[in-house]
Formats: sequence, structure tokens, C-alpha cells
Amino acid sequence: MSGFNLSCPAPLVAGDRVLLAHGGGGRLMHQLLEGVFLPAFSNPALEARHDGALLTVNGVRLAFTTDSYVVRPLFFPGGNIGDLAVNGTVNDLAMCGARPLYLSAGFILEEGLPLETLREVTAAMRAAAERAGVLLVTGDTKVVDQGHGDGVYINTAGIGVVEARHQISPLRVEPGDAVLVSGDLGAHGVAILSVREGLEFDAPIASDTAPLWPAVEALLAAGLELHCLRDLTRGGLASALNEIAQARRLAIRIEEAAIPVSEAVKGACEILGLDPLYVANEGRFVVFVPEREAERALEILRGVPVSAAAARIGSVSGDATGAVILRSRVGGRRVLDMLSGEQLPRIC
Amino acid sequence: MRYVDEYRDAQAAARLAEAIRSRVNRPWTVMEICGGQTHTILKSGLEELLPPEITLVHGPGCPVCVTPVELIDAAVEVASRPGVIFCSFGDMLRVPGSVRSLLEAKARGADVRVVYSPLDAVKLARANPAREVVFFAVGFETTAPANAMAVWQAARQGIGNFSVLVAHVLVPPAIEAILSAPDCRVQGFLAPGHVCTVVGYREYETLAARYRVPIVVTGFEPLDILEGLLMVVSRLEEGRAGVGNQYRRSVQREGNRAAQQIVAEVFELSDRRWRGIGLIPMSGLKLREPYRSFDALARFAAGPAPAEESRECIAGLVLQGLKKPPECPAFAVRCTPESPLGAPMVSSEGACAAYYLYGRREVRG
Repeated sequence: MSGFNLSCPAPLVAGDRVLLAHGGGGRLMHQLLEGVFLPAFSNPALEARHDGALLTVNGVRLAFTTDSYVVRPLFFPGGNIGDLAVNGTVNDLAMCGARPLYLSAGFILEEGLPLETLREVTAAMRAAAERAGVLLVTGDTKVVDQGHGDGVYINTAGIGVVEARHQISPLRVEPGDAVLVSGDLGAHGVAILSVREGLEFDAPIASDTAPLWPAVEALLAAGLELHCLRDLTRGGLASALNEIAQARRLAIRIEEAAIPVSEAVKGACEILGLDPLYVANEGRFVVFVPEREAERALEILRGVPVSAAAARIGSVSGDATGAVILRSRVGGRRVLDMLSGEQLPRIC
Repeated sequence: MRYVDEYRDAQAAARLAEAIRSRVNRPWTVMEICGGQTHTILKSGLEELLPPEITLVHGPGCPVCVTPVELIDAAVEVASRPGVIFCSFGDMLRVPGSVRSLLEAKARGADVRVVYSPLDAVKLARANPAREVVFFAVGFETTAPANAMAVWQAARQGIGNFSVLVAHVLVPPAIEAILSAPDCRVQGFLAPGHVCTVVGYREYETLAARYRVPIVVTGFEPLDILEGLLMVVSRLEEGRAGVGNQYRRSVQREGNRAAQQIVAEVFELSDRRWRGIGLIPMSGLKLREPYRSFDALARFAAGPAPAEESRECIAGLVLQGLKKPPECPAFAVRCTPESPLGAPMVSSEGACAAYYLYGRREVRG
């Protein structure tokens, strides 16, 4: 065959614009944090890089967090943007070991949005707030021109009081710790995608959106030594475990066969070419506890409805690699890396 | 999940791996052609189950990887025209052109959309008569029938605002290019099961006879690949060439006639440049005369202009199985999925990305 010339691919393109993948929870977003936000706003509370900031005011330990919600479609099986806006912020507080108390809500509305839609969203927010035991105590509204938003964007911020006696942080993870997840993974991301892609299933896959504080509260009430908690939102389990492994410079070993994923989500992921370990959840979290407390922690989690399907998926090893190692179903091992950019559907 | 879990069973995998071990007496180099198979091998950590005598090399069967840079540039150019809706399968979006990728074009305002089927692009064209809808028809024989169907439907329904940017490539000419290269070290092949589902494997019989190599048509689940390897290794140890069919649940010797017919109706063979490899005669598809009006390159008088490639990237050697990704000095240093130097770092089916995601750091006991 003539002309096997071995020239190859393209020069590096300087990334001078924000890409959608910068918001994907993966490596690009970390570059944005490290290259833009942390240098701009540097202070000790921010640099802890927790789900929320931990602040002590007049001797009271507070957790403070914020999040913005730009989901499309606004309504999906199992919830709507209103549920997410409350649960997401409540969960960030819970992951700090804090009882969520008060939320703010900022609405950015697109001109032409039916008021009925807004009413449905606010009704969902109210119901979610009641369920989570928080009050929406302040807010703001802006309207943008038609075409400049997807109907409704919501920002919420939340304050809670820390009830954990010990600090909960990736830095407290120790070799030998057990790694637990609070339930089956991937339902939220797949629920959203299946609406977007017009996929229909025998039984629709509903989002897992839910407040996680009851599960955390039960663990704290039992006096368990919680080393680290992390909700498995954007970037899914894989990204959360990588963040923790890298922050603590330890290896995390997990068993693919032990990770709970529902049959429906597995099937949808096969069709869409996605990996459920990278798919977003809105009502699932990972727990790091000392080995000796693993069984009890599982028992307690399983006694709370939101974490009834909790499972142990692996443990922490002393290797200072900062890597997550997955043993596949067929027995081979591989690195489970952080998500690069967005998960893009494959060609074939 | 039925029809999937059966092919990921740990005990069955261990039995097949043991069968391969007991069959192997000498070192063998086997290439899996298809990027989907590369993905499975690395995602399941299959190499760890194999005896050290077997070296797997990863072939050029990733459509994203082999689409020439000048066609990516043409895609970016067409997508950036006012009034154009540019539709593509998802993983083409991140492939670097010589100036930018489709994702970056989107960040600059181009209307670039991910579709799962080319027929969705035809629907978009029907729903947006004032816009020009262009579909990036990429892929091997697997995606060709649906892409041909999209053009055929658009022609039948008189949808004049639909066109395709054709970047189709064919597997057998690439296998032949690899086998006839003077430094070829591949001794057996796993042929791509889904390509063969469409075209059958008669053409592979000709190749296997001409170059005296074993070729086993293989599926994409871990057990498929282990069984395919067992079949290839058995043939190699016995000194037998010829074609075997591991993927019997999907592939028949004659393939899918209806799919072949629609492809033959709409497309004809053409020379094609492969990114990182070069020109391979009669290794691509182009639109036949009656369908030329659906050719986006002609409609928009766009490229393909000669484009410059990174000199550091060794993708050409990787795609021919001459080097493994970690042997590239840029691998995981200057070339990552976020800023790829070459296309195999882009798609999860690309060998470099698969190594980066699943095998970069040493996995220890």
C-alpha cells in the first residue's frame, strides 16, 4: 500500500473560551477553579474546597454553601428544577455534617415564561423545603430577554449548624477505611437524558432527588466516626472518589460488582454509551468510615428510607498514588479516572 | 441485565483466560481492529487476565480517530456559517481540527447539535425549512446504512435543506494496508463484529487467504473478546489461517443484505485519507451521482484544504499497532483528553484515550 506517511494530528488549540465541559464537574472545571476562581478569591475557608464553607461565628460552627440550577428540561420524571434547587443545597450542607436551616433563592426568569410553570416550580421548592426541614427566608428575582435563558434558572444558598463533633473532610480519610454508597447510582442523570433524547422505558426512570440530611443525622446520632461524606452530583461516583483520593494522596479500591446500579439505568447507559459511574445523582452520597464501623454504618443507612439500598463498594489503601482502582466484573483491574470534559455519546 | 451480564461473568472469563493460557506456547501479536473492542479490553482490565505471551495492539477502528483533519476543518467551517444547523454524533465534537474543534466552534456561536441518529437530522431539516441542516456522516460500515437511509429519505421527501459531510471509511482496505506494510508485526486479527453484522465476512476470507493470517469476527463484551482471542490463538498455534466467527449471535457470512443495498444505492467507493495513516485507495465512500446534491462540501464550496498536523503525535504508529500510546513522549504530558494533540486521545474508543482513562497509572496489587 503506497503512501503510509506517518504525519499526525493537529496542533494544540489554546483554550481561550469557556466550553460547556468547564461546567461538567470534571477536570476542566478543576482547571477553572485553580486557574481563575481560587487565585481571585483566595482565603482559608475557600481553600478547604469542601461542599460548603465551614465558619465559626461567636463560637457557633456554621456551614454555608451555594449552588445554581440550570437543568433542561425543567420537569423530568421524579422532580423538577425546584426540587433540585432545594435538595442540592441542603445536601451540600449535610455533607459538611451540618443540619440545614435556612435557604435563599434567586430566580432568573426568561421573558414569556408561563406563570403556571413558575407556580409549579415554587410549589415543588416549598414541598422539598418542608421535607428537608428548612425555611426559604430571602430571595431575589430578575427577568432576562426571551432567548437568553431556559425558562428558569435558580440559585440557592444555605446555612446550617454543624452537628458533627469531628471534622468531616477528605483529609481525615485513613488507609483501611471502608467506602459505602447510599444507594443505586445514575438515576438522576439518566432520567434527565431520557427526556432529552426522547427515550422511553417500560417504567420511566425517576430522578433520585432527595434530601440526604436524615441519613447523615442518623449516622451522627449513632456516634459513628464519619471521616468523609460527599454527594455524588456532577461527574458521579468516579469524580467524587478521585477528588477525595487526590486530596488525601491515598488509593481507593472499589469492586465494580458491588456498586449498585438499577437494571433500568444499566440498560439506558448501554444504549446511550454512558458509564453510570460518571452519571450525576441528586440523592446519593459516599461515606468513608473506619473499617470497624462499616457494618454498623451500613445497618443505620439501610434503616433510613433515602439510603435504604446502601452498599459497601470498597476500601482505602495505603498506596500514595491518589488513584481510584476498580476491579471489573470479569476480574481485571483498571484506573477509574476523573471525567474528562462532558460524557459524549459514542458513534457506534 | 439480560444479554449483557452473561458476557461479563467473572467465572466464565477465568475459564476462557485459563484456556488461552494452556493453548499458548509462543509469543503472539494480535490486533483488535475496532475501537469499541479496545475500549472493552481496557475498561475491563482484560490484559491482566492474559498470559504474557500475548500482545494486544489496537487497530485503526475508531472513526473519530481516522477522520482526516482537513475534514474536521471543513466541518468547523460549514458549522460556523450563518443559518447552518450542524449535526454530529457526540464524540466528533471534541476532535481537534487545525484551528479548532466543533465544540470550540459551538462556544463561538455555531449551532452544533448532538444527534443519536442521522434520521433525527433529517427531521430537524424538515422542521427548520429556513435553515441548512448538515449531518457529519462519519463511521465505518456500521453507520453507513443509517446515513445512506437519511440521504435516501431526504431525496425521496424532497428535503432540499439537508446535506451530509461524508467521512466514511471501510475496514478491509485498512487491514490490507496494515498487513502489506513492511514493518507489520500483527499475526492475527479480531475483526469488528458490528461491521461484519452489516457486510458479512466474505471479504475477510479473501484477506485471510491472501496474507495467510487468522481473522476472527468478534463481539464487544469481555467474554466475546476472550473467546475471540482463544480462537485466534488456537489458529496461530496450529498454523491455520482463515476466518472464524465468534460473534455468531449477530454476524452471518453474508451480512445484512438490506443494509448493504441501501449503502450501495447511495454511496460508491472512493479513495480516502486516514488521519495519521495517509491515503488508502478505495477505502472510503462518497455519494453516487444521483445524490451528489446532498454533498455538503459541494453545497458550501468548503475545504478540504491541506492542514497541518502536530509533528509530535505518533498516532499513525499507534493506529497501525507499531507503538503503544504510553510510548509517545507527549502521552499524558502534552496530550490529554482535554487538550488532545491527536484524535486517538479524543474518543473513548481511541487507543490513547482508553490508555489514559483506564491504564495510565500503574495498577498494583
